[in-house]
Amino acid sequence: MAEAQPIVPPLVITPEREGSRPIVQVLHDWIVTVDHKRLGIMYFCYGILALVIGGIEASIMRAQLAVANNHLVSPETFNQMFTMHGTTMIFFAAMPIVFGIANYLTPLMIGARDMAFPRLNAWGFWMTALGGIILYFSFVGGFGLYGAGSAPDVGWFAYAPLTSPAFSVGHSTDYWTIGLLISGFGSIATGLNIMTTVLCMRGPGMKLGRMPMLVWLNSVMAFLVLVAIGPLTAAQLMLLIDRYLGGHFFDTQAGGSAVIWMHFFWIFGHPEVYILVLPAFGILSEVIPVFSRKPIFGYNIMVAATIAIGFISLSVWAHHMFTVGMTSYANAFFVASTAAIAVPTGIKIFNWIGTMWGGKITFTTPMLFSVAAVAQMLIAGLTGIMLASAPFDWQLGNSYFVIAHFHYVILGVIVFGVFAASYYWYPKVTGRMMSETLGKCHFWLFLIGFHVTFDFMHVPGLLGMPRRIYTYEASRGWEGWNLIVSIGVIFQALGVLFWVFNVLKSYFKGKIAGNDPWDAWTLEWSTTSPPPDYNYAELPVVRSRRPLWDLKHPEDPDWKYE
Amino acid sequence: MAAASVTVPQAEMPLSPAMRGKVGMWCLIVAESSIFCIFVVAYLYYAGKSVSGPTPAQVLHVPIFASICLFSSSLTIVLSEKAIHRGNIKQFGIFWFLTLALGVIFLVETGIEWHRLIYNEGLTISTNLFGTTYYSLVGLHAFHVTVGAIGLTIILLFTLFGAVKMEHAGRIGVFAMYWHFVDAIWVVVLSVVYFIAR
Repeated sequence: MAEAQPIVPPLVITPEREGSRPIVQVLHDWIVTVDHKRLGIMYFCYGILALVIGGIEASIMRAQLAVANNHLVSPETFNQMFTMHGTTMIFFAAMPIVFGIANYLTPLMIGARDMAFPRLNAWGFWMTALGGIILYFSFVGGFGLYGAGSAPDVGWFAYAPLTSPAFSVGHSTDYWTIGLLISGFGSIATGLNIMTTVLCMRGPGMKLGRMPMLVWLNSVMAFLVLVAIGPLTAAQLMLLIDRYLGGHFFDTQAGGSAVIWMHFFWIFGHPEVYILVLPAFGILSEVIPVFSRKPIFGYNIMVAATIAIGFISLSVWAHHMFTVGMTSYANAFFVASTAAIAVPTGIKIFNWIGTMWGGKITFTTPMLFSVAAVAQMLIAGLTGIMLASAPFDWQLGNSYFVIAHFHYVILGVIVFGVFAASYYWYPKVTGRMMSETLGKCHFWLFLIGFHVTFDFMHVPGLLGMPRRIYTYEASRGWEGWNLIVSIGVIFQALGVLFWVFNVLKSYFKGKIAGNDPWDAWTLEWSTTSPPPDYNYAELPVVRSRRPLWDLKHPEDPDWKYE
Repeated sequence: MAAASVTVPQAEMPLSPAMRGKVGMWCLIVAESSIFCIFVVAYLYYAGKSVSGPTPAQVLHVPIFASICLFSSSLTIVLSEKAIHRGNIKQFGIFWFLTLALGVIFLVETGIEWHRLIYNEGLTISTNLFGTTYYSLVGLHAFHVTVGAIGLTIILLFTLFGAVKMEHAGRIGVFAMYWHFVDAIWVVVLSVVYFIAR
C-alpha cells in the first residue's frame, strides 16, 4: 500500500526549490551544508570514490599475481599498492560509507530533525575528506615538494621498525600517519555525534527499546569509534614523536618495543572490524524483516548480542599476533575471547534465519544481497573460528587463508550489506526506484565474482602462499589458483559497473518511488522521498517498534502486543 | 488513515535535546580517556627499561605547588558555575578568572620544570625512553590544559564584554566538565609519573 499522501504531512509552507540554479551556487550549497542528509550523501559518495580507487589498486595486485614470475609492476609498487589498498578501503571507503548511512538514517529513523551537532557533523566529514587527500598527496609529494612521489609502502598496519626513519626514508609514512590522524579526529567527532543523537534526539515515544535495529547497531558502532580510535590516535602520535623528535617508543636499539606498536594498532584494529560490520548487520536487520513480511525475530536478543559483540570485540585484539609469539597465558586468553565472540554473532545469524522462517519472502535486489551476506557471514565466521585457534593460526597466519577470511567479512558482509542498503534506501534518498533488472545483473555478477575470487583464495593460503609477496615461482602449485582468483575480479568489476550505471540511470529515469515503496515499518518511510530539509513537520509519535505498521493497521497495532 | 492521533507522555524520555552538550562532552571524555590510557600504558610498560640515564628517581621532583593550583581550579570553576546559575555574572567572572589564573600557573610551573630538566639535567625527549614517555605523557596533559586555558580566556573575554548571561549556564557547565576531566587526568598522570613508576 504505497500511498501518494505522506502519513505525516509536510509543512505546507515548503518553499519550492528553483528548477535551475547556477552550478556554482549549487556546489556552494553542498560545501557549506550542515544537513545530515546531504552530509550522509557526501560521506557515501566519498566512500564510493575511495572504493573504486582501492578496487583499482586491488586489481593491479591481482593482475600482478595472476601468473607466476610476473613483472607487471615492481616490488616497490606492489608494496605501495597493498598499503594504499588496505588504508583506503578501511579508512576512506568503508568508514565513510558506514558513517554516511548512519548520518542519513539515524535522525530519520528516530524521528529527529537533524543530528545533535550539525556543524560538528560537517567538520567531521571535511576532516575525513582532508585525511584522504593528505594520504593520496603522498603520490606526488612523498619525497618533498618536487613532485617525486612515493606512496606509503609499510602495510596498512605499518609495523615497526619498518616505519622508523632508517627504513622509511622520505615523507610517505608521514602522509600515512597524518592522514589517518586527521581522519581519526573526524571519526571521533562523528561517533560522538551519532551517540549523542541516539541518546538525546529521539522523538516522542521512541524509547531505546523501540529503536530500529540499525539505530541500535549504529549506536554500538559509535561507542566503539569513541573507544577504539583513541588508541590509533595515540599510536600515531607516538610514531610522529619517534620520527620527528627522536623518540624511542618503537626503537628497539634504545629499549623500545616493536611489539607494543602491534598491540596499540590492533587494540584499535580489531574493534575497527566491528565498527564496519555492525552497521552492515543493522542493514540486514532492517532489510530482511521487510522482505520476509515479519517483524525481526528476537529483537531483545539481537540488541543484547550487539552489545555483547561491542564489549567482547575490545578484548580480542592479540589474535592478530599469535605468530609474533606471546606467552601461553596470553594465547589462551585471546583464543578464548575470540571464540566467545562467535556466540553473539551466531545468535544474530540464527535470528535472521528465524525472521525469514515462515515469512512471505520476496527476492528483490536488496533482499538478495542480504541473504547472500548472511550466508557469507556464516562462512567468514567459520574460517574465523579456525583462525582463532592459536596452533592453526601458527600454520596459516600471514597466509592467503587469512586474506580470504577477512575479505569474506569485508566484501561478503559489509560490501554486500552496503549494496543492499543502496537498493533499499535509494528510493528514499532520490525519490526514484533503482532498476531491478540491472540490480539483479549486478547481484549475480558480483556474487559470482566474489565467490570465484575469495572461495578459491583460501586454497593457495592452505598450500602455504604467504601474503604481501609480489610474485612467486612456478611449480609451487599456486599459479592455477591465483589465475582463478584474478579472473573473479573481472566479474566483480563488471558488477560494480552495473551498479554505478544503475545509480546514475535511475536518478534520471527511475520509476517514481512514492513515500513507502517497500511497505516498510520504520519512521523514515513516513516522510516524503526525498525527505524535506526538516525531515518531519510534526514529530511522529511512536508507540511500538513498527510505528508505520501501527499507522497503516490501526485495527491491529503492534503496541497492543509489546 | 488517521494521522498520529495517539498521545504518549513525554516524561518517559530522561535525556532531552537540551542535555546534548553534556552527553556530547561525556563522549569526548571517553574518547580522550582512551588516548590517555594508551600513553599511560606506554609509560608504565617502559618504566625502568631505559638503557641510559637519567632515571626518574634522579631528576623528578613532585610538583606539589602546581598540582595544588590545578586541583583548586576545579573548585573555583564549580563556584563560578554556581554563580552563573544564580545569575551573578560579576562573581562568575571573578571565579572564572581565578580558574584561568590557576591553570596558567600550572602551565608556567610545568614550563619551569621542563626547563630545569632540559638545561640542568640534560633530559630531552630523545635522551632515553624515560624522556620520550615522560615528555609525551606530561606534554599531552599540558596540551589539554592549554586548550582549556584558551577556552577559559575566550569565555573570560566574552564575560568582560558583557556577552555571557545567565542563560548560558548550561554551556558553561559543559565547558566545566572538560576542565574537570583535565584535572582528573592529572590525578592519574601525577600518580603514575611521580609515584608509581618513580
